[in-house]
Amino acid sequence: MSKSDNRRPDFHSTFLQRWRYFWMKNVGDTGVLGFILRWGVLLLFALYFLVPILWLVLATSKNAPQLLELKPLAFGSFERIWEAWHRIIAYQNGEVLLWFSNSVKYAIWALVLSLAASIPAGYILAVARFPGRHLVLWLTLITMLLPPSALVLPMFMELNLFHLVNTQWAVILPSAFFPFGTYLTYIYYASSLPPELLDAARVDGCSEAELFWYIALPLASPLLGLLAFINFTTNWNNFFGPYVLLNNNKLFNLPVGIQQFVTATSALRPGFNPSPGIMVGYQQAEAALFGLIMVVPVAIVFLIAQRYVIGGAFTGSVKG
Amino acid sequence: MTNQTVSPPLLPWENKPLTKGFSRWRRHLPAYLFVFPYVLVMLAFGLGPGLYALLISFADFSTGVPIYFAAGFKNYLAVFNDFRFSFTLGNITEFLVISVPLGIAMVVVLAILLQMRPGRLTTALRTLYFISGAVTGPVLVLVAIFMLDPSISPFQALLKGMGFELLNDVIYSDTLPVLFTLLGFFSGAGLWIAIQYGALEAIPKELLEAATIDGCNAWQKVLHIKIPLIRPYIIYQFILIFAGNVQLFVEPQILGGGNNLGVGGNVPMVWSPNQLAYNFAFEMGNFGAASALSLMLLVVGLGAAYLIIRWTGFFNIKT
Repeated sequence: MSKSDNRRPDFHSTFLQRWRYFWMKNVGDTGVLGFILRWGVLLLFALYFLVPILWLVLATSKNAPQLLELKPLAFGSFERIWEAWHRIIAYQNGEVLLWFSNSVKYAIWALVLSLAASIPAGYILAVARFPGRHLVLWLTLITMLLPPSALVLPMFMELNLFHLVNTQWAVILPSAFFPFGTYLTYIYYASSLPPELLDAARVDGCSEAELFWYIALPLASPLLGLLAFINFTTNWNNFFGPYVLLNNNKLFNLPVGIQQFVTATSALRPGFNPSPGIMVGYQQAEAALFGLIMVVPVAIVFLIAQRYVIGGAFTGSVKG
Repeated sequence: MTNQTVSPPLLPWENKPLTKGFSRWRRHLPAYLFVFPYVLVMLAFGLGPGLYALLISFADFSTGVPIYFAAGFKNYLAVFNDFRFSFTLGNITEFLVISVPLGIAMVVVLAILLQMRPGRLTTALRTLYFISGAVTGPVLVLVAIFMLDPSISPFQALLKGMGFELLNDVIYSDTLPVLFTLLGFFSGAGLWIAIQYGALEAIPKELLEAATIDGCNAWQKVLHIKIPLIRPYIIYQFILIFAGNVQLFVEPQILGGGNNLGVGGNVPMVWSPNQLAYNFAFEMGNFGAASALSLMLLVVGLGAAYLIIRWTGFFNIKT
């Protein structure tokens, strides 16, 4: 096969050349069976990931009978969405809005505190030698393996000592610890920040703080985007900590709030006789809309941070 | 996230001759200032609670206030002797055996299939897989209840074809490990697919070209080049997934928590060991036993990590 057969087809290409180009581009050395298998698996999983989200969006437009009668992926009406919105807003005198603002507040505090602590630490662990450096690295690796839920009971007792349980700080302060961020920053700088760059700046009279602020930090912008996204998502979805450490409704974040909503109302079983103490009048659409209120901000942040999150920033290469 | 680390060069303030005591410490002052806030939060919210958990696992809580070192191993025995201990242990073992290998295998397969021949459609699919990561915790359980209810689910044809008519037919003790696996994969796979994709992208192109010239087809390249080269990332995923899954809490807690979810009777109040720990602490007031159980879970997670690190030679820090 001559090289020209692989060219991108243009106006003069024959049908055979176009077909050959299409074949090389899409099938190539995977084989026909491989091509079918590959797209079969990829599209099957696309359904697995897409359908529940699509359903969640459409469910907000249907009332309880419509959910049973209409096709699962049919659209109800816009009025129903509007109604669900009003019922959610009216739930316990607008507590949902309070929970939303709590969630935003907790997530932003956590983001600022954890990045402020993690990034300088990860940077200096990568560029300097000092006694105790090894220890900090190993402890970071070890604590990274401990999911927060293992520590939540002692954390409860610790925060209790300082009378911080059932305050906003019980959620914010523990989330300042972000070992994953420190470790990723360390790997990033260790593998991709040329030492000559820092030496050159030192010769020019930069202080250590200026080196970090003017050279290292701007070079790490893809990393910052990635870390900010992971950190925001983690804290936005933080359930276990607030669930254990807060018992005042006014301090809940959205995940704890939604748990309270679905267990305290008839939202998931509108047709059944409610147990005593269950609030009636709520349907699945309200629960679905509540879920969407939680999902949408993450999706927005994801779209903003997308090119860092899935752009291969994990491989950590600084060009420059 | 590579498994090799580079030893940094000496900085100017490190080249001065070694002196003892205060001046030696002052030489490293900038470094300590950089690392200080992090070490502080690590002590306060990572190591500190961990060590405190160790302390209270040996404390006696029978009077309501902790009497340290009074309990000996009594709390650990209380955990072992609890009638729910072996039940939750069996549950979590079954869940781990299903979720860890299956989750990792599917993530690696999807990442490889996506990265094999990148195009506009694969980029869109990658975003799609990732975006479902926004659905976690209580919303994930909510969505799961909707998806598994044969009367309203978009997968109702599939569910009814398998002989399920009611939500209670789908969600019961035998299906829980599989269901939690499906849930975890739905919300967690995207991030790991992105990580493995990044790892695959980092494989040198020359290597793959050389293999092509030698007559390798796409599948042989996957089997003999790509998978061996992303092994460190697969191990890294194994460690974090295992440690995370041992701690399963939110999903069974919400499913078992309320009768008005329509599944209350079929999901026991305490299904996973982490729920048992929570139950010890906040229902029975025995913080000692709760800590003892939490630490046991921790040891399981760390033990698995240690074994796999030793076995595979991962984390060889050459500094």
